[in-house]
Amino acid sequence: MNIFLSLIAVLVLILIAWVGAGAANLQFIFGMIMPIIGLMLFLGGIVYRVIKWARAPVPFHIPTSCGQQKSLTWMQSSKLDNPSSSLGVIGRMLLEVLFFRSLFRNTKMELKNGPKLVYGSAKYLWLGALAFHWSFLIIVIRHFRFFTEPIPFFVNFMSSLDGFFQIGVPVLYLTDALIVGGLTYLFFRRVVIPQLRYISLFSDYFILFNILAIVITGILMRYFTKVDLILVKQLTLGFFSFNPVIPEGIGSIFYIHLFLVSALLTYFPASKLVHMAGVFLSPTRNLANNSRMKRHINPWNYPVKVHTYEEYEDEFRDLMKGAGLPLEKE
Amino acid sequence: MYDAGKIITGIIIFLVLMTSPFWLNIASGKGSYKPEIKIATEEKQCVADTDYMKAAHMDLIYEWRDQVVRNEKRIYTSSNGKTYNMSLTKTCMNCHSNKSEFCDRCHSYVGVTPYCWDCHVEPKEVVQ
Repeated sequence: MNIFLSLIAVLVLILIAWVGAGAANLQFIFGMIMPIIGLMLFLGGIVYRVIKWARAPVPFHIPTSCGQQKSLTWMQSSKLDNPSSSLGVIGRMLLEVLFFRSLFRNTKMELKNGPKLVYGSAKYLWLGALAFHWSFLIIVIRHFRFFTEPIPFFVNFMSSLDGFFQIGVPVLYLTDALIVGGLTYLFFRRVVIPQLRYISLFSDYFILFNILAIVITGILMRYFTKVDLILVKQLTLGFFSFNPVIPEGIGSIFYIHLFLVSALLTYFPASKLVHMAGVFLSPTRNLANNSRMKRHINPWNYPVKVHTYEEYEDEFRDLMKGAGLPLEKE
Repeated sequence: MYDAGKIITGIIIFLVLMTSPFWLNIASGKGSYKPEIKIATEEKQCVADTDYMKAAHMDLIYEWRDQVVRNEKRIYTSSNGKTYNMSLTKTCMNCHSNKSEFCDRCHSYVGVTPYCWDCHVEPKEVVQ
């Protein structure tokens, strides 16, 4: 049910852009206003959420320990999986952010031949996620050829690397194939594995379909139903230099692509996709496991009103003396 | 806010990266640049109509290559019945002899590096 609802939601988005920029001739709204709203909500939303997270106290020191903690000098410690220094934490975060190390450690539990419990490594999610995320990043960087004039030097280099095999004209970008593969895997994983299907929500599918629709419209524009790229770049360049122009004659498919991106940007900070920023703020990863060397003060600790024994003795000295009780101070 | 220094540094890096196209365009001052191409021919009609050629000329050239190299077919009949020799250097470049002012302007504008010249010899241009 969730699958069909989210599919319908994405199709409605496509229809809105198709009718809006095509039949209703509202190119300015779909080409300029929607993207700028999307971009502002994206940036504002991410900053808002990061600040909100940063205001939340971390009462306990909770780095996950995935290896030997730093201990006696003769005991080898795991510097990346159980870091005790800032350098180790940076290394751990880099591995996490760039290579999804915690997904790499994913395990799977299975019952085999009756009551035989078997644990094994499960790398497919890691592989699919890696293919998807890296392709997405490279595709975003490649799009800088439409965003700036002149094009930054590394963008064309990256494009030529991406089209290394020179398959067809325009050359096939490997990331285009990889992202479709990655998204397809991430989708079928939710459909095929019963437990995952059970916990999959509308938003999980919606994001997958939305990104897939963006990818498909992009692929269509590049390889199949062509658009005039000179006009497209005039529009995007105008957008990215506060100089709005809507050139005549760009096909509706471009506006569909752009509207889906605007929708993704708008939804991004409100959805689970903020893990892009959130991964940097996970206390289980970004804290050094040095709780035996450095005391972690709970920021929630408020000053407790105490009445020490010295103060007690001062208060009742005379009475205590009269009763013959031993005193620390005469 | 806890760890304000780190958080604010992170936010600034994020915002600068995400809005970098704006700053790059302001710095270069080429935000409204549009490539002008020169058409150095008396001929009024290309092998297909302009809108198609603008967006999809690479499809046509690719098709020509396959026809010539793989099928040994060298004659192209356009939609208005005119026939052309399927040749990049002899037909296309016969009219559009000014590669640097015709091909390259748009290609470098949108960051395209076609591999035509991996095999074909780049035509010598008459410097005007």
